Amino acid sequence: MSAHSTAIGVSSKRGVWGGGNEPLKASYGKLMMWFFLLSDIFTFAAFLITYLAIRVSYPAYAGPATEFVGSNEYWPIPELVFDAIPFVHGVHAPLVFVGIMTFILIASSVTMVLAVEAGHRNDRNDVVKWMLWTLVGGITFLSCQAWEWSHFIHGSENGVVLNYINGISQNVTETVFGANLLVNEYGPASFANLFFFITGFHGFHVTIGVILLFMVFYQAAVGVYDRRGHYEMVEKVGLYWHFVDLVWVFVFTLFYLI
Amino acid sequence: MDIQENKSTLNVVPRNNDKIKKIWKTALILLAITAAEFVMAFTMPRGIILYVLFMALTIWKAKYIIMQFMHLGDEVKPLIYSILVPIAFLFWLIIVLIKEGSDIFNMRWF
Repeated sequence: MSAHSTAIGVSSKRGVWGGGNEPLKASYGKLMMWFFLLSDIFTFAAFLITYLAIRVSYPAYAGPATEFVGSNEYWPIPELVFDAIPFVHGVHAPLVFVGIMTFILIASSVTMVLAVEAGHRNDRNDVVKWMLWTLVGGITFLSCQAWEWSHFIHGSENGVVLNYINGISQNVTETVFGANLLVNEYGPASFANLFFFITGFHGFHVTIGVILLFMVFYQAAVGVYDRRGHYEMVEKVGLYWHFVDLVWVFVFTLFYLI
Repeated sequence: MDIQENKSTLNVVPRNNDKIKKIWKTALILLAITAAEFVMAFTMPRGIILYVLFMALTIWKAKYIIMQFMHLGDEVKPLIYSILVPIAFLFWLIIVLIKEGSDIFNMRWF
């Protein structure tokens, strides 16, 4: 018999569960967050692997990049679809905006890990400072994504002439602007559908994350964690926030690079 | 009861600059890999070699995020394995669905 198992109610260590033990040397909340994230890994992986499967079922665009026009016959080159930046009209800036978004999300992950580090030291001022920066990063990322979606939906000035089956099952040939769930000017319908679905699901996770970040920021600032005696909530929400960053790393590669 | 009083009641440990330096170093590595991916997207010809390189760099980045930022590397071994081993199931899904996709490609276009 180990000496620890008899210490029920004696130890005030936060990691100890109701049974007086500490399975896997992690607190209950942290362990459950890990297992939730594992299930979320499977969800996102299923979506992203579906993207790959549908991607390889279409031919890639083969001609020279300078003559690229969107068509529902082949998969587009991502850098020629995502080539716009806000406030500057008509400039060809491939992947610049999404690059900035990626840097913002990685930076907010760094400030989050600094907040977690400050939480380990019970340093309330540092936790509040870094949580605020993380919050700013999260909100900026969401705003960028809103712009990105809006631009994707409205499309280019001239549009592209496409032949497709419309909503009332008629075969039509007309100029298509932007993207919706039925047709888009960039590539096959699945291209826009997968973009909306996967970046939308990721954006939903970021939104939940921002709400959690605000909660932690507020509770840290008013001293809830000081009174509780530990800053574990910063760690748990931190795990979730890093996961959101982790998913974006894969979304970035699959949607924008490949 | 002085509820208005909002002072720290816990013992604040001073900053450990080595730890903070390590965090910034990991961040720098992540940014460098992303920048490299960027350069590769514009300089290298599209094809299977480039895609494999992109995936390898992405998994390398994921390793840094999970092990350093999420501190999975600091947990006990059984916890590390209980998170990482189930991910092995995904390799089968990747193989199966890419095969399926390329079969659809062959049926549809040839």
